[in-house]
Amino acid sequence: MSGFAEQPIMQMLPDGRRLHLRNGPIDLIIEAVGAAREVEAAYDQACAVFPGILGGLAGELPILRAPVSAAMPAASGPVALRMQQAALRHAGDRAFLTPMICVAGAVADHLLAAMCAGRDLRRASVNNGGDIALYLAEGECVEIGICANPQTGEMAGRARVACADQIGGIATSGWRGRSHSLGIADAVTVLARTAAEADAAATLIANAIDLPGHPAVARTPAQELSPDSDLGPRPVTRHVGFLTETEIKMALHTGQDYSKALIADHRIAAVYGYLQGHAFALNTKPAVVADPLEKTVYA
Amino acid sequence: MAKDRARPEKIRCDACPVMCYIADGRSGACDRYANEGGQLVRLDPLTVLERSKGSGGEAVAFLDQGTDWDGDVIAASNRFVTAVGAGTTYPDYKPAPFIVASEMDGVDVITVVTEGIFSYCGVKVKIDTDRHLGPEQSAVRVDGEAVGHVTTGEYGSQMLSLGGVHHLTGGSKKEGRVTCAALLALCNGEAVDLTIDDGSDITVQADAAPIINGTLEERMRVGCGSATVGMFASQWKGLVDEVVVVDDHITGVMSEHQAGKVIGWPATGIRIKGRRSTPGRYFQVAGPGTGWGGTNLSDPLTILGAYNAKVAWAGQSLLMVSTTGEHFAYYELNDDLVPVQKDIPERLKPSITRIHENCEPALSSVLFMGGAGGSLRAGVTENPVQLTRSVQRALTRVTCGGAPAYRWPGGGITVMADVARMPENSFGYVPTPALVAPIEFTLTRADYELLGGHMDHVVSLEEALRGITGPQNDHILKGRRDVVPMSDNPWPMSKT
Repeated sequence: MSGFAEQPIMQMLPDGRRLHLRNGPIDLIIEAVGAAREVEAAYDQACAVFPGILGGLAGELPILRAPVSAAMPAASGPVALRMQQAALRHAGDRAFLTPMICVAGAVADHLLAAMCAGRDLRRASVNNGGDIALYLAEGECVEIGICANPQTGEMAGRARVACADQIGGIATSGWRGRSHSLGIADAVTVLARTAAEADAAATLIANAIDLPGHPAVARTPAQELSPDSDLGPRPVTRHVGFLTETEIKMALHTGQDYSKALIADHRIAAVYGYLQGHAFALNTKPAVVADPLEKTVYA
Repeated sequence: MAKDRARPEKIRCDACPVMCYIADGRSGACDRYANEGGQLVRLDPLTVLERSKGSGGEAVAFLDQGTDWDGDVIAASNRFVTAVGAGTTYPDYKPAPFIVASEMDGVDVITVVTEGIFSYCGVKVKIDTDRHLGPEQSAVRVDGEAVGHVTTGEYGSQMLSLGGVHHLTGGSKKEGRVTCAALLALCNGEAVDLTIDDGSDITVQADAAPIINGTLEERMRVGCGSATVGMFASQWKGLVDEVVVVDDHITGVMSEHQAGKVIGWPATGIRIKGRRSTPGRYFQVAGPGTGWGGTNLSDPLTILGAYNAKVAWAGQSLLMVSTTGEHFAYYELNDDLVPVQKDIPERLKPSITRIHENCEPALSSVLFMGGAGGSLRAGVTENPVQLTRSVQRALTRVTCGGAPAYRWPGGGITVMADVARMPENSFGYVPTPALVAPIEFTLTRADYELLGGHMDHVVSLEEALRGITGPQNDHILKGRRDVVPMSDNPWPMSKT
C-alpha cells in the first residue's frame, strides 16, 4: 500500500473562537465557552486525543460494520465502545443496524468528554458534520436551528436546550445527508442524552419514514455506491420525487409511531421529522422543540 | 462481504486509514476524495494565481469544479499554479502532486508544485518601532510558552525570531504545539499576542501596525536622532537656538552636529549626559524603554547636564523632539541657565509636523523561513541534490504560494518569503508539529530534464487548470481558487 496519508489537521477557525479538526472523513467544529484559560486547556485536551481517533476506528472497522447483537465481540477503542453501546440500545428492534450507525455521534461524544474532563466551561459543543455533542453547565441554555434540507439549509424548527433537559446530543439524518438512508425523510433531528444515541435514533427514525415500493423513490444497493458500506445490498435512497400529501402524512406517521416508542423507552428526548413541507415534533418536555409547521405533539 | 465482489472500476483510497473502496463517480466517506473514471481525485480547491489586467487584490473567484471555461478571456499563460492546496506526498518518494509545464515569456518552463511539511521552519518578524520591546535574547512567549526570542535590532525596527526546530520539537509537547499554532497564525496573517520576558506585551500581525503595551504604533521613526538633525538642520535654522533629537540609539545635538556646523549654527553651551560618539552624536543618553525616542525617558531634560555658562545665555531657546515627532517640548533658559518648559511657538510647529509626515507607517512584517533540503526534493527530481544545485545556481526559481522566495546562500534550500504576498490561508499544520507551506520550483523544461526531473509526470498548464495531473494519482484536484497575485511580486507572474 502506498505510504501517502493525510495528517490530521487542527486549526482555529478564522473567528478565533472555534477549533476545526479534520482527519479523513472526520470534520469537527468545536466551540468551548468559558474563561479563556479553561477554553484553551479544553482545546488542548481535544487536540491531544484527536490524532489517535481515526486510526483507532479504522483498525476496528470489521467489528463495527457487523450487525449489532448482545453477543458481538466488544470493541477495544473508546469511540468504538461508545458506538457499540449506543447501537446496542436499539438491538432489540426489528431494524438492521451496525455500530457504524452512530460513528459520527460517538466521535463527537468522545471529543466532548475529552475536552470537558477537569475543565470548568460554561458550555461546549462538538459538531461532527451536523451530529453535535453538547455540554451545558448549570443554568446554561442554547437555541438550535433545525435544518429541514441540508442542501438548501432551509430552517424548519427550533430547539431550545437547557442544562436541566439533560440533552447531550443532537443529530440529524435523512436521505439528503452525507450517510446513506434507507428511508425517505428529508431530515430527522433527534435530541438525546448523547450524540451517539441521537445519531443512532435519528438514522433509525429516518429509515422508518418510508414508502416501500413507491415509484417516485429511487434506490440503489448501498454496496454499489460505497463498496464497503455496512449496509451491504440494502437499497439506499438516492432520490425522492414529489409525493402527495396523503403519502407524506402516511410516511411521517410511521416515523412518528416509531419515535413515540423510542421516547416511551427514554431512548430519546425529542424528535423533529420533516418531509416535503410537512413535519412532526415530539417532546418529553414542553417547548424543547418548537415547530412552525404543525402543532407539537407531546408524547 | 461486498469487498470480494469488488469490480475493477472500484478503487481504494489511501489518503487516510479508513481506506475506503470508492465506486466510480462516487466520493469516499470524507467527501473530499472521489473516484473519477478509475482515478482518485481530490476535491479540495487548488489556488491559481491569475494575472489580470487590474492590480487589485480583490477579485477572488471560487470555481468549484474546474471543468468548463467558457467565456474565459485570460489565456492560460497568464496563470501560475501555486502549491496552496496542492497536497503533499510526504514522505516524498513519489513525484510532487503537480508538475506543470507552461510557457512564460516565450520560454518553455516547468513548475513543480507541492505543499511541503516543514519541521525546520519559523518566522522572522520585523516590527517598525524604536520602542524597546525587550532585551536581546529575551524569550518571546505565547500563552507562557517560549516560541522564540528577541534578536538583533535593525534600522528603526525591532526583530523577533520565532519558531525553529528547537521550539517546535525540542521542548515540551505544549511548547511545540503553541509554537506551531503561533507560527501558523502569523503566517496566515492573523494577529498574535506575544509577551517578551523583561519587556513588552505586543500584538503582531503581518502587514499591520504593531500594538505595543496596548498602544497602536503608528509611525516608524524618520531616522535616528543624528539623521533627523541632518535632515532638518536648515529648516530649523533661525527658528530656534538649539535642537536635540532624542533617540535611544543615537541622540543628535544640532549645534555640535556636522550638519549644524556646516550651516554656521552657533554653539549653545549645552551638555548631554551620555557617551559621545562623534560631535553632536551621543549613545546611551538613557536606558531603553517605551518613552521618548525609544528611551525610558518621560522627562527629556534629565539627559542634559549643566550648561556651559561661558557659552550659554539667558533666553536661549531649545527644542527637544523624538525621532517620530510623537514627543516634543520647548524650553527657554532662565537667568540661572536652567531650561524652563514653555508652550511651543507657532513657528516650530510645522517642523514637528514635517517629522511626522516623513515617518513611514509602522508595520509588522512576517517572513516565513523554512528549509526544503530534505525529502521534499525527491518529489521534484529523481536526483535530489541536483535540485539543490539548480536552485543554488539560480536556474530554478523558488516561490511560496506564488510569492518570491529569497534563498539563503550556502547549503540546502533554505528560503524566506513574505507571508503578506501569499494568497490567504496558504499555510496549514500537521500535529507533528510542523507547518505545511506551499513551495513551487520553476525552471526551464531543458534544465528540468537535465536535473533528472519526473518528465513522465509533467502535465500541461491547460491540463492542470482542468484538474488533470500526471500519474502521481492521489492528488488530482478538481476545485480551484483563482486569486489575483500581489501586483508588485516580481515573479512568477510579472513581465520584466
